[in-house]
Amino acid sequence: MENLVLQALSGLASASSLFLVASGLTVIFGVTRIVNFAHGSFYMLGAYLAWTFVTTLPRGHLGFWGGVLAAALLTGMIGVLVEVLILRRIYRAPELFQLLATFGVVLVVQDLALLTWGAQDLLGPRAPGLRGGTEILGLRFPDYELFLIAVGPVVLGLLLLLFHRTRWGTLVRAATQDREMVGALGVNQRWLFTSVFFLGACLAGLGGALQLPRESVNLHMDLAIITEAFVVVVVGGLGSLAGAALAALLIGELHAFGILVLPKITLVLVFLVMALVLVVRPHGLLGRAPGPPVGGANTAEPVIRPAPPALRWLGFVALAAAVALPPFFGDYALSVLTEIAIFVLFAASLHLIMGPGGMASFGHAAYFGLGAYGAALAAKWLAAPMEVGLLLAPFAVGVFGLLFGWFCVRLSGVYAAMLTLAFAQIAWSIAFQWVEVTGGDNGILGVWPDAWASSKLVFYYLTLALCLAATLLLRRIVHAPFGYALRAQRDSALRSEAIGIDAFRTRWLAFALAAVMAGIAGGLFAYAKGSVFPTFMGIPRSVDALIMVLLGGVQTLSGPIIGALAYTGLQEQLVRLTDYWRLVLGLSIIALVLFFPQGLAGAARSAWEARRGDA
Amino acid sequence: MLEVTGLSAHYGRAHILDGVALSVGAGEVVVLLGRNGAGKSTTMKAIMGLVPPSGGSLRFLGQEIAGREPFEIARLGLGYVPEERRVFSELTVLENLEVGRKPAPAGARPWTPERLFALFPSLGAMQDRPGGRMSGGEQQMLTIARTLMGNPRLLLLDEPSEGLAPVVVERMADAIRALKAEGLSILLSEQNLHFARAVSDRATIIEKGRIRWDGTMAALMAAAEVREQYLSV
Repeated sequence: MENLVLQALSGLASASSLFLVASGLTVIFGVTRIVNFAHGSFYMLGAYLAWTFVTTLPRGHLGFWGGVLAAALLTGMIGVLVEVLILRRIYRAPELFQLLATFGVVLVVQDLALLTWGAQDLLGPRAPGLRGGTEILGLRFPDYELFLIAVGPVVLGLLLLLFHRTRWGTLVRAATQDREMVGALGVNQRWLFTSVFFLGACLAGLGGALQLPRESVNLHMDLAIITEAFVVVVVGGLGSLAGAALAALLIGELHAFGILVLPKITLVLVFLVMALVLVVRPHGLLGRAPGPPVGGANTAEPVIRPAPPALRWLGFVALAAAVALPPFFGDYALSVLTEIAIFVLFAASLHLIMGPGGMASFGHAAYFGLGAYGAALAAKWLAAPMEVGLLLAPFAVGVFGLLFGWFCVRLSGVYAAMLTLAFAQIAWSIAFQWVEVTGGDNGILGVWPDAWASSKLVFYYLTLALCLAATLLLRRIVHAPFGYALRAQRDSALRSEAIGIDAFRTRWLAFALAAVMAGIAGGLFAYAKGSVFPTFMGIPRSVDALIMVLLGGVQTLSGPIIGALAYTGLQEQLVRLTDYWRLVLGLSIIALVLFFPQGLAGAARSAWEARRGDA
Repeated sequence: MLEVTGLSAHYGRAHILDGVALSVGAGEVVVLLGRNGAGKSTTMKAIMGLVPPSGGSLRFLGQEIAGREPFEIARLGLGYVPEERRVFSELTVLENLEVGRKPAPAGARPWTPERLFALFPSLGAMQDRPGGRMSGGEQQMLTIARTLMGNPRLLLLDEPSEGLAPVVVERMADAIRALKAEGLSILLSEQNLHFARAVSDRATIIEKGRIRWDGTMAALMAAAEVREQYLSV
């Protein structure tokens, strides 16, 4: 009994910290409609800055609490910088582009933090005056945790006062609902957005700074917290402060008791709850269905047309080179080419649901990873030959695609994307925690191709042939009646249903099909690497796929191919050339988003059409 | 006060407005008449900067406002009341008014919630009610009151009588006449000729994005063939 109470208390303390981060995220989303991936980076910066301030300022109350506050405020200023320099220019861009830009910020901040504070974990001092513990039901409970429990409600109260008792708060709530109207009433949105970003980043920074006495500061804090914060915000309902508080409480306690009751599936549990909430309440616990988009701007996507002859020729030349040149390459180059071929298929499969399908997925790596694990598990437990493994993987993935897709395609927009993320995290957690079967973090080793394909060159040709066939099939599907139906339901679900298209089934099948294709890529990847790890279906891998598609351009068929080539090539080169490849990559992503909002292929097409004068 | 010449606008490749010209003088009520889809709302939005004009000139109080942002245009003294009302449904009546509040130009008597409740008595009785839980007529009054809180010199009223019960339309006409008596200039768009006649000095007729007729209300009422050609359904 006493243990349960203490466990509940420590759940409350985590809930408090989680709420600080999630409240900033939800407020930023409410007003700017930006899904801010960089919010976790603000949290990490808050922790690092607090460490610097607290360890340099004189010891004592002023040094500690002053340092924590200064760290929060400085993080807020960094948030302002990000908003003014980057996001302000892309508020009119599609949602996913903004997401991409914030992910660029994540990469940049990671390397800047590495440069500034080094790779080792940093330990901060404990909070003055709160070093001891208090006896609760005969057990000692740390004072600092009690303090954290109080911080959450206090911040919630202050935020509610701010939003309901000040003119600024009223404007923010109005803008959350209809920001164009707020502008037409004479309010400068820029100023409003910037101030909201300041507040949000401040809250994240405060959340990070307050972790200093609890845990070490390290470079993995950003992605760890952003996933949790996303879960909280989505479960609570995007843009809802009270929802974030409620969800933080739920998730905090779930963690605390999950460890006690079901230590093996703590990671899965959180995402299961999220999936469950979204299935029952598609807009979160306290969220509201977003109104129809206001303003009559032309929102129809550009029509996908067959490639112009010049592009076809370019494609043929590239393909001829991919077939003819490899015999002259060494093993390393062959590995890189094999990977590129695999990622082209991976990106093309995601493109099917994002471009023609009009759905966003933050968790496409799940199907890539499931394909890899499918092949590896077949090799490990069934001693299956490579051909069987490669065949089995996409089938297994197809089953999961149908299962997960059935839930995901019912939702739309950010919520659908978040549900795909939830399923991906469930898959990842199982691979990570079910050590007996999957090997956990150590993965499955020794997944090598059969003897006939063991040379790098043969395996490269095998991969090229399979990926090429699958990618061409995906292209064919877009121009088939099924592809028309898919695009019709994207442009107007209502109108397409009125002419007899089953929008749900169309989306569902497209989702499963994309999963199968990603599964083929994943299976090949397992044999190419000789091993599989949970990271194959981690968030960074999903983001890779997103970047490849967006980089190339969502509304062109060659986009994902060009995007995969550019991104894989760039990353490969950067990793070889510099230790700070994340910095360069992040800056490149930001530059691309700012200057090529249609993606590389889209920009090339616009330039081509402009030159021929038929735009 | 407002001088629009050669105003054009596009949605994608579609030409929505083609050389629209109209003017509103100080203290004048001008109605923009036309059928559904004629371009009335787009004209209003283009003046307000919500739809970027692709050509033409918009002069307000002697300044060119084409290409400026909506918030700047609003601060110059143009008040926009959208057709869809766009009341902030989660904000109370008083909070909705607060969002619209802007300082009054020097010398003008500023609008306050109290003065607006005198103009629209039913709003005064529901000051703390969320905008989402009001009837269509009440929302229409709130959206006008919200814009008036910005102390505009010229009010753009987009189809204020649309979807309202006849008795509410009468009250709306009274309110507009009261605003005119205060010296406010108004450009209103309407399909309801009866309502337009009750409040307007002049009429401008738009069809398929072009201005077809322009003259006093009395002249329009005398020209049956104009009404027949452009306004009858």
